[in-house]
Amino acid sequence: MSKLEYRAIQELKYKSGQIDRRTFVRSLLATGVALPSALSLAGQVAAATPKSGGRYRMGLGHGSTTDTLDSATSENHFTLVNGYTFGNHLTEVSNTGELIPELAESFESDDAQKWVFNLRQGVEFHNGKTMTSEDVVASYNHHMGEDSTSAAKGLLTQVKSLKADGKNKVIFELENPNADFPFIVSDYHISIRPAGDMASGVGTGGYILQSFEPGVKSVLKKNPNYWKEGAAHFDEVELLSIIDPTARQNALTSGDIDAMDRVDLKTVNLFKRNKDIYIWDATGTAHYTFPMRLSVAPFDNYDLRMALKWSIKRQELVDKILLGYGAIGNDHPISTANRYHNSDLPQREFDADKAAYHYKKSGHSGKIPLSAADAAFAGAVDAAQLMAASAAEAGMEIEVIREPKDGYWSNVWNNDAKGWCACYWGGRPTEDWMFSAAYTDDTEWNDTAWKTTDSAVKFNKLVKEARAELNDTKRRELYYECQRLIYDDGGTICPIFNSYVSANSKAIATDENIAANWDSDGAKCVERWWFA
Amino acid sequence: MHPVLKTVLGRLGLGLATLFIVSIIIFSAIEMLPGDFGQAILGQAATEETVAAFRRELGLDEPPYIRYLQWVGGAIQGDLGTSFSGRNASGTDRSREVIDLIAPRLWNTLFLASVTAIIAVPVSLFLGITSALYRNTVYDRTINTTTLTTISFPEFFVAYILILLLASLYPVFPSLANVDASTPLNERLYRSALPAFTLTLVIVAHMMRMTRAAIINLLASPYIQMARLSGASQTEVILKHALPNAWAPIATVIAFNLAYLVVGVVVVEVVFVYPGVGQLMVDAVTSRDIPVVQGCALIFAVTYILLNLIADIIGIITNPRLLHPK
Repeated sequence: MSKLEYRAIQELKYKSGQIDRRTFVRSLLATGVALPSALSLAGQVAAATPKSGGRYRMGLGHGSTTDTLDSATSENHFTLVNGYTFGNHLTEVSNTGELIPELAESFESDDAQKWVFNLRQGVEFHNGKTMTSEDVVASYNHHMGEDSTSAAKGLLTQVKSLKADGKNKVIFELENPNADFPFIVSDYHISIRPAGDMASGVGTGGYILQSFEPGVKSVLKKNPNYWKEGAAHFDEVELLSIIDPTARQNALTSGDIDAMDRVDLKTVNLFKRNKDIYIWDATGTAHYTFPMRLSVAPFDNYDLRMALKWSIKRQELVDKILLGYGAIGNDHPISTANRYHNSDLPQREFDADKAAYHYKKSGHSGKIPLSAADAAFAGAVDAAQLMAASAAEAGMEIEVIREPKDGYWSNVWNNDAKGWCACYWGGRPTEDWMFSAAYTDDTEWNDTAWKTTDSAVKFNKLVKEARAELNDTKRRELYYECQRLIYDDGGTICPIFNSYVSANSKAIATDENIAANWDSDGAKCVERWWFA
Repeated sequence: MHPVLKTVLGRLGLGLATLFIVSIIIFSAIEMLPGDFGQAILGQAATEETVAAFRRELGLDEPPYIRYLQWVGGAIQGDLGTSFSGRNASGTDRSREVIDLIAPRLWNTLFLASVTAIIAVPVSLFLGITSALYRNTVYDRTINTTTLTTISFPEFFVAYILILLLASLYPVFPSLANVDASTPLNERLYRSALPAFTLTLVIVAHMMRMTRAAIINLLASPYIQMARLSGASQTEVILKHALPNAWAPIATVIAFNLAYLVVGVVVVEVVFVYPGVGQLMVDAVTSRDIPVVQGCALIFAVTYILLNLIADIIGIITNPRLLHPK
């Protein structure tokens, strides 16, 4: 046995608690490691090994009195994090961004149209009932009923039929092939609950709900029978809704909470000086857009759209609006965190000559109205002003209209009354999902009304083709082309991808990989983190 | 009938009439709110179909006057209706009664208001009387400047300064006041200390200066001169002769500030994450939860009317001319 192998074995033993710290350090010394390094190695191993215990208190910047425990109406980050504590889904997105089975043990399909999910056996709900295919079917029907008000209703219209095959197998029959269907079932809305009880917060998750006060807090206790290995380390959990960022930061500074999301970027540099906390950020799929509606003049003009796309100083927006916490976008919604991000497209930068050229070619004259409100994203109005300033350098006049925050999503966004406005997207884990949420011609949220141009028609065809394609190389090619089409002809300006910026007390330890599909480690921090 | 009782009953009747008018104002103001509940709760996820299903289910397609009559009819019987949130056409109805939503929050708010009042009212009366007693001395000026300073800063600023001093630099009190129904009383007091302290600083100046002014105003009256001439000491003059006649304006100001403590402390609630009724109402407005907004507004109106009524009654019964009419 070589020294390295011996060290590896000792490390495993130490991690699993078979030997104590002293023995571990001694064995390292025996293999010739100097004492200081041995001690620090022991520290690292200890930090990387999840320990159980403690009461985890987290302050979240969301939450309202209208929140419920029914995942169908889950819509803000508080309900997301809360939902993941007590509920599981058929699949999950791991902290490295891979799709892994959760309540399904495995899933398979030959044609991407008929999907078979084999369920994990012996999983118990918090009420003691064993989970079976009947519960899974009931949980899905909850979102698919004719009158369902579930926010996941649109996602599941593609399901033609769903049936249980024995106790441990569920078969989905789709209207059309969809190679990404296993990703869809990981959606946070589609939590698996016991049949007949979709709303009381009984699930199969790592924590059992003790009390829930909408808009105030949620208190949970560790589930002693949790089926998942190496997850849910805290004994007790308290999730607090603390909307005011200063109050949240004060609470973390004074030790009243252990972790918080949504650090106020304006004060992040001062906040960093605190020695007891650390700030971390993750760039995921979330991005800010400025959709131009092709159904409204002058945005039906290709050259005008192009002129505006060339007239934006993207890095300036990252520096001034995101204070550096983000990345520049390339006018399509697929982030570098996605599997098939098209890195071949040349990065669009500010170019006054190209902008002026296209502007002249468009034949447009006069002001171009741009509606914005901070309801779209924090700093949306400022971002619009910066865009107006850089467009002026290229000889275009953008008139920024400050809209009321109230009712922004019903009166301004996705509305023909306003041709161009500010918007945000949380992003989606797969290309198909993102495209079908906001870019294909059959979605309600096609906020650019990009449906009838030649490129749009081609785009819609390619998206359908890629959806049914199981061959990875071919899918990549198709998605690359889709991104190029939006980049070129599409109505959206996507200048920046925003990072999630959070802060933890140094007492909290995490895996070295932190998921970026949602804020707070994929909204699963409660089951992934532990007290060091 | 005793004239005082008659006046009180008259005031009570006027209060009810005011309440009725207020209910109309509340209802029409909410009718004029832009946006839609269905869209607000479903957010970006609202499609036309789901929004229409919601509106039908909530009865929002009925004409306004019918909805007003239903609401007022219910409110008279103590039923404020059912919250819009938590409705779901496909499954069981999990929406909560407005009363159940408001009651625990209102209790928290009343608790904070009482704690603050217990500190602030005696302090301001004491400061007001003593500063009238030692008018224009260094003491009087210091008290005046200090209280005016604390009232001049916005509440959230006072709150942040207190958090900085008493929670961050010298951690005496917690910066989070997240109490709930199961919090024991001493823990509750400890957690509410900073918000109560903040509110005290904000309201003391008003009450203290009114006390001082009312007393000083009376000191120029002939009957005070008479008392002085008959040899009463300054303390006697103020406590025995001036104060009884000053109760009416002082009570009015105290009532006004107490009402403010119940209805207007949403900023302090947000800063300290105190689950009070103000935050509930703001949340409800944001999500267009109309029954909750109406319920809160009605309770606020009742608070104002009741406290003012009490102040009026105190004004009447401390006024000898009204007590003993010729």
